[in-house]
Amino acid sequence: MATQAEHQSTRRDFLFVATGAVGAVGVGAVVWPLINQMNPDASTLALASIEFSLVGIEVGQSVTILWRGLPVFVRNRTPKEIEEAKAVPLSELKDPATDEERTKEGHENWLIMIANCTHLGCIPVGESGEYDGWFCPCHGSVYDTAGRIRKGPAPKNLVLPPYEFISDTLIKIG
Amino acid sequence: MAGSSSMLKIKTILAAVTLSAICALPATAQEHETVHIEKQNWSFAGIFGTYDTNQLRRGFQVFREVCSSCHSANLIAFRTLAEEGGPHFSEGQVKALSAEYDIADPSADDGTRKGVASDFWPAPFVNEQEARDANGGALPPDFSVLAKARGVTDAFPWWVTNYFTGYAEGGPDYIHALMNSYEETPPEGVEIPEGKHYNAVFPGHAIGMAPPLADGIITYVAEEGQEPVPETVDQYSKDVSAYMMWLAEPGLVSRKETGFKVLLFLILFAGLMYATKRKIWSGIEH
Amino acid sequence: MGAFPMSEHSTYIPGNGVEKWIDERLPIIRFSKEHLMDFPTPKNLNYWWTFGGILAIMLVVQIVTGVILAMHYTPNIAMAFNSVEHIRRDVNGGRIIQATHAVGASMFFAAVYVHIFRGMYFGSYKAPREILWLLGVLIFVLMMATAFMGYVLPWGQMSFWAATVITNIFAAIPIVGNPILELLRGGFAVGNPTLNRFFSLHYLLPFVIAAVVILHIWALHVPGNNNPVGVEVKSDRDTLPFHPYYTMKDLYGIVLFAIPFAWFVFFIPDILGHPDNYIMANSQVTPAHIVPEWYFLPFYAILRAIDFNILFIDSKLGGVIFFAGSIVILFFLPWLDNSKTRSGTFRPMFKWFYWLFVLNFVGLTYLGSAPAEGIYVVLAKICTAYYFIHFLIILPVLSRIETSRPLPTSISESVLGKAH
Repeated sequence: MATQAEHQSTRRDFLFVATGAVGAVGVGAVVWPLINQMNPDASTLALASIEFSLVGIEVGQSVTILWRGLPVFVRNRTPKEIEEAKAVPLSELKDPATDEERTKEGHENWLIMIANCTHLGCIPVGESGEYDGWFCPCHGSVYDTAGRIRKGPAPKNLVLPPYEFISDTLIKIG
Repeated sequence: MAGSSSMLKIKTILAAVTLSAICALPATAQEHETVHIEKQNWSFAGIFGTYDTNQLRRGFQVFREVCSSCHSANLIAFRTLAEEGGPHFSEGQVKALSAEYDIADPSADDGTRKGVASDFWPAPFVNEQEARDANGGALPPDFSVLAKARGVTDAFPWWVTNYFTGYAEGGPDYIHALMNSYEETPPEGVEIPEGKHYNAVFPGHAIGMAPPLADGIITYVAEEGQEPVPETVDQYSKDVSAYMMWLAEPGLVSRKETGFKVLLFLILFAGLMYATKRKIWSGIEH
Repeated sequence: MGAFPMSEHSTYIPGNGVEKWIDERLPIIRFSKEHLMDFPTPKNLNYWWTFGGILAIMLVVQIVTGVILAMHYTPNIAMAFNSVEHIRRDVNGGRIIQATHAVGASMFFAAVYVHIFRGMYFGSYKAPREILWLLGVLIFVLMMATAFMGYVLPWGQMSFWAATVITNIFAAIPIVGNPILELLRGGFAVGNPTLNRFFSLHYLLPFVIAAVVILHIWALHVPGNNNPVGVEVKSDRDTLPFHPYYTMKDLYGIVLFAIPFAWFVFFIPDILGHPDNYIMANSQVTPAHIVPEWYFLPFYAILRAIDFNILFIDSKLGGVIFFAGSIVILFFLPWLDNSKTRSGTFRPMFKWFYWLFVLNFVGLTYLGSAPAEGIYVVLAKICTAYYFIHFLIILPVLSRIETSRPLPTSISESVLGKAH
């Protein structure tokens, strides 16, 4: 008698647990898509990586392009700027990085950086400031010719987006 | 496979039932005329329906070589041609294809630039007025969702069966029928205005579009190991209808796959819930 | 007896100090336990009663999917149509979420019709549940307004012409009709201001519905549930606690209901809609056959049926009066049916007339979709007349002449009487 009751109650427990577990799986399967819909959609993701042709940007010129909604500086640096950047000892830098680390090998004239100041996101002005690089008018951060922070409240160098050279004149950002 | 053959059987039975019923109900016909549209066997019909990649590619070829010279498809990005469940071209093919088109871009030097995968299919005409002017006053409709904007009306009460068979291919059925229902000389007593063409299934029968397809106008290149496909109006129109269905419903395959899983889950869960409910209520008179 | 004041059946004893602390300040746990767990519910409720729970879930489904769609939708006449396509094509899972919302509207109405007709058969509107019924009719009216405005948002041809036709109903009102029409549309025709305000109100009204639903449940919990025999609860032996008995039964009903729902969403998401709504709104072309969504068809048939002038009232205003009247009359149902017997099961004559009414309603639905010509026009007039005759003549007369079958003395007796 007792064993039968026990037997029945285990079967009952098993059923309840199974139903509850399947129900939980169902709830999870419903909830996740309802959250996931907020992630970037297919049209946004299609713009996650762009190709950009460097043809026509002369030495000493820079252009600002848009990538993932962010402005990106593409600068063809002069030999003088490269020299200046290389000459700086790492010990002088707030966020130490060599010029080689800031550019791609064999394309060291090209400096490609996200154009938002690492302080609070303003766009610095090019070819200005005491280090011949960028000067942020908002709160006075100064960057050098490799986009490294030299003075002011910004903590970090201008951020480099992930990019690669597909050919000498074509880059793929993202 | 078993699924699709049983679907076929169900459809045959339903067709037979429908047919006999139509025969049995002679002149209850309503005042307004109903055009008979022959339903086709689409690969994307039914619970397990999927697009036939090769058919979509052929349909894309028909669209590109014939339709797209007048019809736009504004909501279609090149990138979607590479999506799984669709024509599934390679990324490289899509990139090369998009680069063949000039895209208007005010930020580009001369106002246009080469297309990229994220661009949308460029329209053949700059605006509606230009499209009308080039087409004798008629506006060629945009293809983006056209396959869902057309349908087949089944007479009462036969449409009720569509709810159970899951018939959702009225658009491609109509488009296929439209392509195959042109007649050079309209039947006696039907006047077709200058510049219009007689089409048996088009509402009002006078359509602005000249017969766009003819046997042999498009050359299909069969890939290795594939059966050559007939180059006929019937085949072209089937292919382009399937392609248009994909344009209108690009996520159909994954939607149906998910749906099948959801239904299985719900049936299992309903069974468990029933058992649990019975257990809880056991011993209670109600 | 029968009436349960709101805190009499409380068995809640705070388990620990924290619960006690909360209970003295905001007795929310006590409230939940009383109304969601322990609430005494007649033991003989059948599956038609699960539709209340199904409707609660449907409201949640519509609000959740709707809030999500609003994250991606643009209420502007130039962009609305394409933004809905953007949801279907690009947004992660967007096609399913959009289809759930669109099909969900139909499922919601299907469930509400079952719920209403259940109430009509079992006399759930009778004393002391009149306010419960009135609130229910109010919810139904709010649902219709919400669904109508939601249907306009995708800005297809049917959206646009539905908005035009339905707002025009108000123009039938003498003198103030046209000013009201312009006020509703925010212009001389349906346009961008109309779309914008419909979006705003379509977002607002579901929350109003939710509030009225709370009142509806409150009004339910004062007298307690009606039940299939229509005899009030007399003792504890007639009831079961809501949880786990009815929570499980309702959940089972909800899962069953989800099966056809999923069938529509995943396999035929467009079958309940109209192909013309995949054509962007065009103010210069009316679609060949404009039909409202199926759940409006019975009332639409009544609107169209009046094609003749009644004395000094012209046919347009007449149609509007009958259309509005067909809904307003529902508010008076508790006083039109005076029979002391609640449940249709024990009313031999009412039963027949009830099913005749259902048949007539289904007929009106069909006629609403049929072209307004030939035999359909005549049938629509007959069905419209019968609709009103049922409420105004049949029900009052029945309650005078009908003799009910003997009622069981209690729910538990009726349950034991059943052969198991």
